[in-house]
Amino acid sequence: MSQSLKQPNRLHEGGRIDRSHTLSFTFNGTRYQGHAGDTLASALLSNGVDIVNRSFKYSRPRGIVAAGAEEPNALVQLGSSEAAQVPNVRATQQALFEGLTAQSTNGWPNVQRDAMSLIGKLGGRFMPPGFYYKTFMAPASMWMTYEKYIRKGAGLGRSPMERDPDHYDHLHQHCDLLVIGAGPAGLMAGLTAARSGARVILCDEQEEMGGSLLDSRELLDHQPAYRWAERVIDELGRLDNVTLLPRTTANGYHDHHFVTLHERRTEHLGETAPLVDGVRPARSRMHRVRAGQVLLATGAHERPLVYGNNDVPGNLIAGAVSTYIRRYGVVPGEKLVLSTTNDHGYRAALDWIDAGREVVAIVDARRNPDGDLVAEARARGIRIIDGAAVLEARGEKRVSGARVAAIDVAAFKVAGQAETLACDTIASSGGYSPVIHLASHTGARPSWDDELLGFVPSLVKGVHAAGSARGVHGLAEGLADGTAKACEALAALGKSADAIALPQVDARYESTACALYQVPHEKPTLRAPKQFVDLQNDVTAAAIELATREGFESIEHVKRYTAMGFGTDQGKLGNINGMAIAARCLGKSIPEVGTTVFRPNYTPVTFGAIAGRHCRELFEPKRYTALHQWHVEHGAEFEDVGQWKRPWYFPQVRPQVRPDATNGERESMAEAVARECLAVREKVGILDASTLGKIDIQGPDAREFLGRIYTNKWAKLAVGRARYGLMCKDDGMLMDDGTTSCLAENHFLMTTTTGGAAGVMEWLELWHQTEWPELDVTFTSVTDHWATMTVTGPEARKLLAEITDIDLDRDAFQFMDWRQGKVAGVPVRVFRISFTGELAYEINVQANYAMHVWKTLFEHGDKYGLTPYGTETMHVLRAEKGFIIAGQDTDGSVTPEDLGMQWAVGYDKPFPWVGKRALSRSDTRRVDRKQLVGLKPKDPKVVLKEGAQIVLDPDHAIPMPMVGHVTSSYYSPTLESGFALAVVKGGHSRMGETVYLPMADGKTHAAEIVSTIFVDPKGARQNV
Amino acid sequence: MFHIYCPYCEEHREEEEFHPKGQAHIARPEDPEACSDEQWGDYLFFRDNPRGIHHELWVHAVGCRKFFNITRNTVSYEILETYKMGEAPRFTAEHPEGRPAETVAAERTAAGADKVERQQGAKA
Repeated sequence: MSQSLKQPNRLHEGGRIDRSHTLSFTFNGTRYQGHAGDTLASALLSNGVDIVNRSFKYSRPRGIVAAGAEEPNALVQLGSSEAAQVPNVRATQQALFEGLTAQSTNGWPNVQRDAMSLIGKLGGRFMPPGFYYKTFMAPASMWMTYEKYIRKGAGLGRSPMERDPDHYDHLHQHCDLLVIGAGPAGLMAGLTAARSGARVILCDEQEEMGGSLLDSRELLDHQPAYRWAERVIDELGRLDNVTLLPRTTANGYHDHHFVTLHERRTEHLGETAPLVDGVRPARSRMHRVRAGQVLLATGAHERPLVYGNNDVPGNLIAGAVSTYIRRYGVVPGEKLVLSTTNDHGYRAALDWIDAGREVVAIVDARRNPDGDLVAEARARGIRIIDGAAVLEARGEKRVSGARVAAIDVAAFKVAGQAETLACDTIASSGGYSPVIHLASHTGARPSWDDELLGFVPSLVKGVHAAGSARGVHGLAEGLADGTAKACEALAALGKSADAIALPQVDARYESTACALYQVPHEKPTLRAPKQFVDLQNDVTAAAIELATREGFESIEHVKRYTAMGFGTDQGKLGNINGMAIAARCLGKSIPEVGTTVFRPNYTPVTFGAIAGRHCRELFEPKRYTALHQWHVEHGAEFEDVGQWKRPWYFPQVRPQVRPDATNGERESMAEAVARECLAVREKVGILDASTLGKIDIQGPDAREFLGRIYTNKWAKLAVGRARYGLMCKDDGMLMDDGTTSCLAENHFLMTTTTGGAAGVMEWLELWHQTEWPELDVTFTSVTDHWATMTVTGPEARKLLAEITDIDLDRDAFQFMDWRQGKVAGVPVRVFRISFTGELAYEINVQANYAMHVWKTLFEHGDKYGLTPYGTETMHVLRAEKGFIIAGQDTDGSVTPEDLGMQWAVGYDKPFPWVGKRALSRSDTRRVDRKQLVGLKPKDPKVVLKEGAQIVLDPDHAIPMPMVGHVTSSYYSPTLESGFALAVVKGGHSRMGETVYLPMADGKTHAAEIVSTIFVDPKGARQNV
Repeated sequence: MFHIYCPYCEEHREEEEFHPKGQAHIARPEDPEACSDEQWGDYLFFRDNPRGIHHELWVHAVGCRKFFNITRNTVSYEILETYKMGEAPRFTAEHPEGRPAETVAAERTAAGADKVERQQGAKA
């Protein structure tokens, strides 16, 4: 590793860095030093590092251009270890810390000598917008091959491949006024609101609050402006009603003043959050703020001018030069040429000369500018070339000169002989674009202001903008605007605030700015040296011109064709210039061309902050039944059903099969399921069915309600009886099913499918509240209150009889009866409902007694061969009986008639129940609807694949007409054969026909259409 | 994310507590059998998608479980009002600035919407 200990560009004094605190860091394998208070960018400039990256498309060397969120080039990959990798961090926003390790995002083998740049040089002219589409389109099958190499060549950062050691969290916040941005306007607004007693949140994305005050040349109350900022921040920090959030980016403005603030809490301290008292704090935090009113004091981004080779390292925006000098004590070069269209840009030249370095010339696009800053520059003896601009930069890896000439702005042409000025830095200022991103997130379209030469935000109700964010650029004006807009915002909340006295600012006269975006060149744009508009996406003025020539007229299409404003940049530096160039090419004005839409996020947000604690074991709630612990202890494999953990099957340890085996082996799933199935069919099994949805329905109109919501009849269901019911939507399609029991004349218990419970509950409420509010009925979810255990099989009665006081006599307690009584000494409801086709008792017991009842059953069950079974066995057993699962055998396009369940449809019920009318629609009457049938594979060893498509003629030319698909398919140990349920067009009239299932592996299975009931068609076994 | 005022709880709550249930004021025909297939299809499947003021049915799913209506501007997403089942909206496409509250209240009394009548259906 090489080492560089000098900081050739560091000033001996000035700036807000701590020179007594030196930090070392590594960039592209070289060790450097910087100081506390530096950003990675200021430290790199201090060390004279010119090339920080290679460009996205042409692999051109790139340097630092800006000092904030708008930086397009200095994207780095952070992290010294795999787990700590962070991609695409802007060096301008990353605080320096001891040991920071970064490398350029692009560049192979390195940024100094990049292999891809050869392509950029040779092929540059041949890579117009749409290059990849145009070049690699044919043959289409080869795209996947090309893409791999294109991506390797382009590439942005990469994600870590190891688990993030940090954690992140969310905080929900409320406030009266959220102020975004702590520059002059934001601080004044915050102070005004804070002193009124309102609850205020003030956030700012930078390491330090103060914005432009931190590098201003102006005085406030006769002192440097930052002193005033420090006093205000100190006062705000001491107020209980104020939350100050530095290092916090308002990344998205969502509906109804919901703003997400991304606070980077430890990124400035190290690559992972440092331990505090042995606890690792959250690395970053998402504040989810619901604000009463929002005030945007987000400032403005300076626009660079678009001229030839304006991407060579050493080209910066003028404001960034001032920031590096005044805030970080770093001068990013020796000899400066400034190209500007406005007075404000002059600050860079004045700061440069104050730092003791040479200003070669200020090139001003205006004739005879006469503002106060211009006068100051003249008085300092700086050469000012007016009516001119920098046409192009000279140099490859660093600026070596600037070609300067008089220009005619209106005619867009060069108006004089060019001269070349030797320099190593070119600063440019083309004016200021208000940062309108957050206002755009609300959907409000910004409007163009011809005087300001920028888009100003349109504001929805409750949103305010102050200062530069709405084009009020002067310091005195911005401060006044901040306090005025805060008063307006509070008034909208019905609160009053007093405007506060402004600090003393010297008045300053500014001459009018001129509208210049792209600088003309002697050669036409398409043949001039590359004039970059969007540095991050390598979009040039020529590319935009070409796009308009190819017929792209909408700015949104130009954007997508050229990729202008894409990526992490989102058009912060280049968008206005790009629109201006498109407007010039189309012969329109900028407002006619319009602007593209900015969307969240303002700058990239790490996924960790978005997820917060909603990850790993806290990603989703898990629901356990009251018997879960028993299942765990008995080796159950679990299946997720909704949020529930249900036992899937209970594999047993097989007795030793080989004399040399020291341990038995666990059963496979197929073996366990076969054993469980046979136990139920031949002896007795037990299932934890607690997850079934249960809804307690009460009221004088409960029975009437059931009749309207279910397809079948409920008028005559007696107390003590249960009935299976089908629930349809009003389109006639099955939605859910289950049994409902009559507990008392006005009291019913409805069961639903496990996954459908919440939806059915909402469905019942919907109909009751919106259609039939006159019915006196209430619904209460009791799913968690009751545990349910199904004891089923020929021995069920004998087993249960041992521990219950309920008369289990076959005539006293018939199939589809329910009885109240005690089991194992505990009050229970027992339902004779069968989902297996065997004799079955569903015992419902208060959940906290469930374990006792379950264990007591096992104490008595051994001699009957009581076997616990899981959901897989439940599925096999129910499918053998042709019992459907709503949502598996149905998919929202299946009617009760398609299922062959006309027996559960009350066609002659008086009230037009939900779903009835739809059953007589022409579509539901079609004879070729897909209908539920059984399938018996011709080869009993075959278990058809669920979802497999069914055809009538396997020799039909492809594409074969598909007539249905398999919905449920299992191996039946009872039948010793595979079997399936399926939906087949016109299936009910195709009994005995053979259908075919062509599989992906080339095999075709044949199967016979049979009844859906495979076992005990007469239902004798459940009715004993 | 919306901030929704539940007219039953009488509080603003986060959208996460609510479920949207589609266009409001879709009354189920009282005699479905009298509907042609086309009329029944319109009732089942066809909904408005206006630019501007729209009335929507929502439910305070993890709150009070009550259904209610929202008048929302589909362009600005502004919620102009929320109102209980059986009530009439103040803000409509014809009256985007809102009718006087007294007019709406008088209409409600005249229509007897305060009393729930048998077979009347609150959505109508």
